[in-house]
Amino acid sequence: MSVVTVQLGQCGNQVGQQLCDVMWSDAQHAEGKTYSSVSCERFFRRTSQGDFEARAVLIDMEPKVIKHSMNKAEKCGRWRYGETSHFSQKQGSGNNWANGYSVHGPRHRDALEELVRREVEHCDMLAGFLPVMSVAGGTGSGVGTFVTQCLRDAYPSSFVLNHLTWPYGTGEVIVQNYNSVLTLAHLYQLSDAILVHENDTVHRICSQLLKIKQISFNDINRVIAHQLGGVLQPTLTPDSCGTYSRHPVGELVSALACHPEYKLLSVCTIPQMSSSSMAFSTFSWPALLKHLRQMLISNTKMEEGIDWQVRPPPASAGRTGSLAAGSFNTSLANLLILRGKDVYSAETGAFEDSAIYTSWLPPEEAFSLWKSPVPFNKYEKSATLVSNSQALLRPLDDMVRKAWNMFASRAYIHQYDKFGISEEDFLDSFTSLEQVIASYSQL
Amino acid sequence: MTQSVIVQVGQCGNQVGCRFWDLALREHAHVNKKGQYDEALSSFFRNCTSGALLTYLHPQAVLIDMEEGVVNGILQGALREVFDSAQFLTDVSGSGNNWAVGNLTYGSAYKELIVDKLRKAAEHCDCLQCFFLIHSMGGGTGSGLGTRVLSLLEEEFPDVCRIVTAMYPSAEDDVITSPYNSVLAMRELTEHADCVLPVENQSLVNIVNKISLMSHGTKPGSVLRKDSAVTSGQGSLSPTEKPFDAMNNIVANLLLNITSSARFEGSLNMDLNEIAMNLVPFPRLHYLVPSLTPLYTLADVNIPTRRLDQMFSDAFSKDHQLIQADPKHSLYLACALMVRGNVQVSDLRFASPTPTDPKMTSTFLLSNNTPIQQSFMTLRSFNIFLLLSFQAHLHHYLHVDGMDQSIFSESLSSLNALIDEYHHLDATKARLLPDAPRLSIAR
Ligand SMILES: Nc1nc2c(ncn2[C@@H]2O[C@H](COP(=O)(O)OP(=O)(O)OP(=O)(O)O)[C@@H](O)[C@H]2O)c(=O)[nH]1
Ligand SMILES: Nc1nc2c(ncn2[C@@H]2O[C@H](COP(=O)(O)OP(=O)(O)OP(=O)(O)O)[C@@H](O)[C@H]2O)c(=O)[nH]1
Ligand SMILES: [Mg+2]
Ligand SMILES: [Mg+2]
Repeated sequence: MSVVTVQLGQCGNQVGQQLCDVMWSDAQHAEGKTYSSVSCERFFRRTSQGDFEARAVLIDMEPKVIKHSMNKAEKCGRWRYGETSHFSQKQGSGNNWANGYSVHGPRHRDALEELVRREVEHCDMLAGFLPVMSVAGGTGSGVGTFVTQCLRDAYPSSFVLNHLTWPYGTGEVIVQNYNSVLTLAHLYQLSDAILVHENDTVHRICSQLLKIKQISFNDINRVIAHQLGGVLQPTLTPDSCGTYSRHPVGELVSALACHPEYKLLSVCTIPQMSSSSMAFSTFSWPALLKHLRQMLISNTKMEEGIDWQVRPPPASAGRTGSLAAGSFNTSLANLLILRGKDVYSAETGAFEDSAIYTSWLPPEEAFSLWKSPVPFNKYEKSATLVSNSQALLRPLDDMVRKAWNMFASRAYIHQYDKFGISEEDFLDSFTSLEQVIASYSQL
Repeated sequence: MTQSVIVQVGQCGNQVGCRFWDLALREHAHVNKKGQYDEALSSFFRNCTSGALLTYLHPQAVLIDMEEGVVNGILQGALREVFDSAQFLTDVSGSGNNWAVGNLTYGSAYKELIVDKLRKAAEHCDCLQCFFLIHSMGGGTGSGLGTRVLSLLEEEFPDVCRIVTAMYPSAEDDVITSPYNSVLAMRELTEHADCVLPVENQSLVNIVNKISLMSHGTKPGSVLRKDSAVTSGQGSLSPTEKPFDAMNNIVANLLLNITSSARFEGSLNMDLNEIAMNLVPFPRLHYLVPSLTPLYTLADVNIPTRRLDQMFSDAFSKDHQLIQADPKHSLYLACALMVRGNVQVSDLRFASPTPTDPKMTSTFLLSNNTPIQQSFMTLRSFNIFLLLSFQAHLHHYLHVDGMDQSIFSESLSSLNALIDEYHHLDATKARLLPDAPRLSIAR
């Protein structure tokens, strides 16, 4: 079963390139033959010359980034993108969601659909789509939303898992919160589940765990790709009867996104460290899982500065919305993915504790466990947790609050109106995200 | 890759424009050692030779003046080889520092010819993204015909971004009618430009003096004398350093900076169409005050190298700003800090701990902030004063076909309305705005 990655905009094309690279090098260095071939089948195809090409399409409204990503893949000499698997124009969407969604998307609809269709035809069996994009710019967010809608229409029974990069809280695109609100509100209607990485969080991982001094997008994207790889590489799942699962996207969606009001998934992976400190470290499953569980319930997104004071509330106490820092993070569903040595001995009972879940879903339904004995991406042991919980509530609320404050003075609305997105459309998007915030607060 | 066209009008426009072309050619020559026509060059230059080797480059420019002196000077100067006489449009007598003559008389007489030249320039572009219009506000041709060109651009190329660099007269400008001309031109800029970069000649004089003080350690004024700062174009351009050159180099640097990400590649690039999108929250409030640091790259001076964070704070100080108003305590509607050099995301997010190679780095700030109203208010008070005391000058304007009193009063009220809009926003600053009450969701 294969996954078609759809890379959109600058961020999508840079993150997507790293993702393919991590998948490839992990598969090549893996000990298990089956693991390698399942992974390759999932993300790459063989050309008639025997070369490996990514099952990915590259979409941007300007050519620079695509060219760069294609060259980068070509230069590494191991895999590459299909020669005709890309679509670009000459001029970006200028950080304007409306320009991407209402102008560029519809104008190039046929070409974009054809591009995806060709890639789908290369798959013996399609496991689903993975559109990768940022929410802050114009192309990834706007054209990305449009393309997701086209996928939904053209492949109604396929899974669509969107991967989104959320912007830094401050200092980049001034209209980023508008673009984010419009993207999220629309995707909530379209995609099966939404996997999120926040640039601020990943940046901190780079500086505090990986000790990188001058952090570039390249470093950040490697971390995102590592975490995504931890999710998407082959595993044995409860349904897969001892072989590698054939439905990675579908099983992920059914494990985590069981309710249409709750689609936001956060990811964290441990351990993560620079290769120099890795040489001096040993890991044990109990310690890793203990940390990971505390990270989950205290909503700490990396293995540093974990708040050990946070405890599940007593069963009798009613739950309240937890926007405040230091409070308990209630989960709707969690998927734990363990990879590496002695994985079958790992004890994961602590994640099945009903106290960490909402009362209306029994823990055996709320918790899923996938395993693979093959060490992932040079880590002897590695645990990745995908969580549908209140973890993204605070950043989502911040985004909506900042956008709403700007909207109160109607600042920048004329720029969207120019491309047919009206005040009404904004209000609809705000309304639907307030609904999402309310739902997560009440978990 | 997108292209831009520079339209330079009047004495000032052409003198500044030529400094830009000179510096841009040097910059490309410095980077492009092999002398090959590349993508970076293609954004502002057209290759007129068949091979890849550069023998014949045309700047994408239209040069307009209603007298011949300045343009003839260019034809005899160092840049004579690069321009083609078909890019020029001149008349013989000038507009006599009269906006009405430039805008109405010449505007009507040359309308077709101008449109023709603009179209020709546009035809050579593969994807035309932006027109940069350069002119002064004080004379007749730049302010009058320049703003006429602006509305022609809007009619002919509604989707192409229009960025105007406008040189405002200093208080002691020797063109007595310059405040009239400025107010009449302002209305056109407010209504028809996407962005205006206002530059006050007084600020340029101050900066030039400061640089010469730093370089010679002597009294200011040795480089630029007050009496030479204001001249009416006599066409007496000698091949040596001309009086305005030092000042115009600063403006040319501003244009080099703003266009650098269109001309060169980088992972943190800002597209030209993102400028208006991010910095113009309300359609008429599109005056973006530029600041440059460090200043000493403009002259060949050895001053202790500056750290990046120092440069950032300099950029927000009055001394580095190209208009006179004091930005302290002002309300920033939006601002963009652009950095050229070897920097990564991490440098921009946190104060950089290590000095970055100063030769490589320069920053440039565009602010949409409220103090600009001080400059506009000065302009307004001049006008009212003039209207009362120099009624005599008015008839020069009213004699012109198509000009009548109402154009004056409408221009003044347009300026009043603009000042009011800024004032209104400034007034909101005193109250610390609480978060806007959020939408509530019915459950
Ligand atoms: N993690 C990560 N974030 C990125 C990268 N490139 C851009 N971003 C983020 O993406 C947002 C800007 O969106 P882009 O992806 O550059 O925009 P785009 O989709 O190309 O759209 P336009 O350029 O407006 O047409 C900002 O929040 C950036 O922080 C990247 O390589 N990695
Ligand atoms: N910064 C700068 N300002 C200039 C330059 N040349 C003229 N000015 C200013 O521009 C104003 C006069 O406008 P000009 O550009 O000379 O006039 P014009 O557009 O040629 O119009 P006419 O001469 O009336 O036909 C005055 O405020 C001058 O100080 C220049 O090269 N640089
Ligand atoms: Mg882009
Ligand atoms: Mg003149």
